[in-house]
Formats: sequence, structure tokens, C-alpha cells
Amino acid sequence: MSAPQKAKAGAEKIAVTVSAVVPVTEYVTRFEFTRTDGADFPPFSGGAHTVVSMEDGDRTRLNPYSLMSDPTDLSHYAISVRREDNGRGGSAFMHSQVAPGDAMTITCPVNLFGLDWRAKKHIFFAGGIGITPFLAMIGQLEQTNGNWELHYAARTAENAAYADMLLEKFPTKVHVYYSGQGVRIPLESLLTGQPLGTHAYVCGPAGLIELLRDTAKGLGWPDSNVHSEEFLAPAPGAPFEVRLCKSDKSVTVGEHESLLEAMEREGVDAPFLCRGGSCGQCETNVVSADGDFIHRDHWLDDDDRASGKKIMPCVSRFIGTTLELDR
Amino acid sequence: MSKFEFPLSIGSRPVWGTLEPRVGQAHLFVADAQGAEAILDVATPELMAGAHIIYITRGTDYADKLRALNPSQFYEGPSYGAALSRIKRALSDAKMGLQVYISGTESLMGQMTNEATQAGVPFESIQTEHRGSTARRMQCVHCKGFTEDVETDPFVCSHCGLNLFVRDHYSRRLAAYQGVCVDAEDPGNVPAQKGIYE
Repeated sequence: MSAPQKAKAGAEKIAVTVSAVVPVTEYVTRFEFTRTDGADFPPFSGGAHTVVSMEDGDRTRLNPYSLMSDPTDLSHYAISVRREDNGRGGSAFMHSQVAPGDAMTITCPVNLFGLDWRAKKHIFFAGGIGITPFLAMIGQLEQTNGNWELHYAARTAENAAYADMLLEKFPTKVHVYYSGQGVRIPLESLLTGQPLGTHAYVCGPAGLIELLRDTAKGLGWPDSNVHSEEFLAPAPGAPFEVRLCKSDKSVTVGEHESLLEAMEREGVDAPFLCRGGSCGQCETNVVSADGDFIHRDHWLDDDDRASGKKIMPCVSRFIGTTLELDR
Repeated sequence: MSKFEFPLSIGSRPVWGTLEPRVGQAHLFVADAQGAEAILDVATPELMAGAHIIYITRGTDYADKLRALNPSQFYEGPSYGAALSRIKRALSDAKMGLQVYISGTESLMGQMTNEATQAGVPFESIQTEHRGSTARRMQCVHCKGFTEDVETDPFVCSHCGLNLFVRDHYSRRLAAYQGVCVDAEDPGNVPAQKGIYE
């Protein structure tokens, strides 16, 4: 038996008005939204993200961003977007096209990176723009005088979004490290001697996440006490053909679009939530395949991958002659 | 031979594992009676260099063998109740990187798992291995009293005296199986007593 299908793919949508566009650093800009209907936003927990729809000409871009505003203030939502000049264009669109007063659509929050409330202590590790989910988590924990500390790595002081605000508000809890000065987060010493029941959370570049996970494992930390979030952007690749059995359609996935985006372009209502390889919603069964999968998600385990029976269309691709999906 | 193959049962019945050495900053071993054998099987000089063994003898004579493993700390006590203050202190002093190994009776493993999870060790990371007695710690669902070392089904509640049927339904929170009155409809009509696994 399969899970009940929702009427429409993705989380429920909210019509919003851009209420502020605030440059934070050379690369990072904060976008604040209010609800167009004037009501409060739905409550969310620290670590949640929203998927922002960007109407870019004849193309709709859908990118996930962590909510960074205070979860106790539902009058607005805020995200911070780092401009990726070599990215797929979503962040560049936000930076160049979005202005206060614009009407946009975002989704209700979804949290794949929540606080573990069994923790005796929360220790956050942020790299660059990975700071954003922690801003909301800190807002939430401060309500209950929670036990937390933050270790934040950035290239330079000018690039460290929100570091000044954090250091001023929480001088004993926030520690910032500038790689431009050759200073790294001392992961091994920070993970040694933490009280039993400490949970570590990491958000940032893949290298930082991997290094933290490996260091924690080497020190005997249980996997369940280490939490990470990394949204992947779909990587470009050679175009490939896919046959969608249920929809009775054949689609060509272009070089710069994902399999999920190609299905949506053809009007196929494929399920999704995070669009970054983390949530598992878009998992699709493979009917037949003659070729190789390029799995890039954080969802399928090794057995799933070896079976050749599943693919995550939001970030993964295919190279080969024929691919048939149960969609 | 102190190992016993428990028959397959309902989902709430705990499943115990086999101890294996893990990477860690410190190693806490808690065992009762024949549970000592599981420590003897897994012990290496390297593991013992960072080990604290809390051993509950329950009338057995494994203590000298465990002491001979040369753990960095060793405690020997007669019962779980006697050892509990030592266990609580060991957990409250512990840091992340502690590995927890529990072996012996289901009563010990259930109660010790609770102590460890409350101290912040995630359930999934706690290692267990059953050895020795298959007797159960039972809670009477009527008076809520616990009866330890129950070997027969039905049995008499040591608190309220009701005749209780031994269920496989288990509570992690209470670290006990559920005992339910077997003759509530027809007092005195009690099935013949037999071993729980007979």
C-alpha cells in the first residue's frame, strides 16, 4: 500500500509580498516577506526551510532556503541568500530581480533539520551561509534559556553574515573563525569532553559536514547525535531521455535542468518538498534502465543505489540509452 | 552455556544484541551474573585500558575473572539496587564519546538502558547482550508493583497477590513486561503454572 497522495506536489503555498531587501555582505542579501493577506505566517521551528518560487521569464525556479527569522515572530519570514555567480541562476535572480513590494509565492515551512529536544546541550557548526538555520534555532532556544554554543567559520570578517550581531548579543556563546587568517574551527578539541547528551549540528559546505561527521565518529559520538543539512543544487549534465510510464510521456532532460524540473515542464505533477536531495519526497521507482545512474542525493542508501530501482529526480541524473520511470 | 535464543514475538518485545568493541573515549560496562561472560568475550587490553566495569554478582563468582582483565575502574556489588548510585555517578561524570555495554538479565539491561538514555546516551547506540537467567521483571498492571525474577506463568504478584498472566508486552519506560490478572472473570480458576518459555 502506498502513502496517500496529496492533491498537489510540494508543501502548501503562501502568497507573500517582499517587505524588505537588505544587503548583509558583499554576497549575502536578506529578503523579508509578509503575507499578502495580512495574516500571521504559520508557526515554524528552527531549522525549517521554505521553497521560493521565482518567475523568471517563461521559467519557474524553485529554490529551498532556510528560514532565519525568529520563530516567535510570525509577522514576517526572512531568508538570506548568497549570490552564487556560477550557480544555476536562482540566487542571481533573487539578487538582481527581486525588490520590495514584489508579489512572490513561497511554501509552508518544512523542517528536515530540527533541534533534538532530548539534547542536554546543542553545539552548532556553521560554514558561511550555513549560518541561516542556526539564527532561527538560536531564537527558539533563547526563549527557554537553552544550552547552546555556536562555532561559525567564514572567510573574512566582511564575509561573515550576522557575525557582528551574534557576537554582540551572545558574546560568550558565539565563536567566529576566519579562514582568510588561517583559523579553522578546532573540531577535535570542541567535540572532546562535551557533556553526555550533547547534540552537534552542522550546516555549510560538504567538506565541513564530512569533516565534522568523521571527527565525531572517530571520537565515539553516536551518529544520532550529529545532525547536518546540505541542500544540493542540481548539477548540469549531458541531456538524457526518460519515458514516464504513468503519464505516458517521453521527456528530454536538458543539460541545465533537473529530471524533476523536466517532468514539471511537461506538466507532470511529481512530488517534492526540499528539491535538494534531503527529504525523500520525490523518490521515484525505476521501471527499466539501460545505463548508469548518477545518484547525488542524501536520501537513498547503498542498497537502494545498488538495486538500480530508485532515483531521486530533484538532483540525480542518468547516462545511458533508455530509462523508464513509474511516474 | 549462558546464551538463550528467545522465540520470535510481538514488536514491543525487546531484541538484544551481541557486544562488540567500539571506538570511544571511555567504555562503561554494566553486567550482572552470567553477563560477565559477555565482557570476557569482548575484552581486549586496549578496550580495558579505558573501561569502567560495574559488576553485579547476584551470587556468582565471575568477579575475579573480570578483575583480572585489569579495567581502569572496577566495582563489584551484590544487586542492581546496590550498584545504582555508582551507575548514576558514572553517567553524570561521563562525556560524549562514552560507549555503553550492558550484559546479563533482561531486568538489568532494561533498567540500565533507561539510566543511560536519561543521561543522554541515545538508545540506538547502547549495546546489550543477554546472558544467564531468562527470568523477567514484571509489572502488575493492577497495583503497579514490580516483581523481579519471574520464571513462571502465571505467577503471584509480590505486592497485591493477584494471579498474573505473563505477557510479552514490554514497556521501555518501566523496563518491565506486563502482568495481567488471569482469573478476573472467574476468581480461583488459574491455569497450571509452567515455565515462561515452556
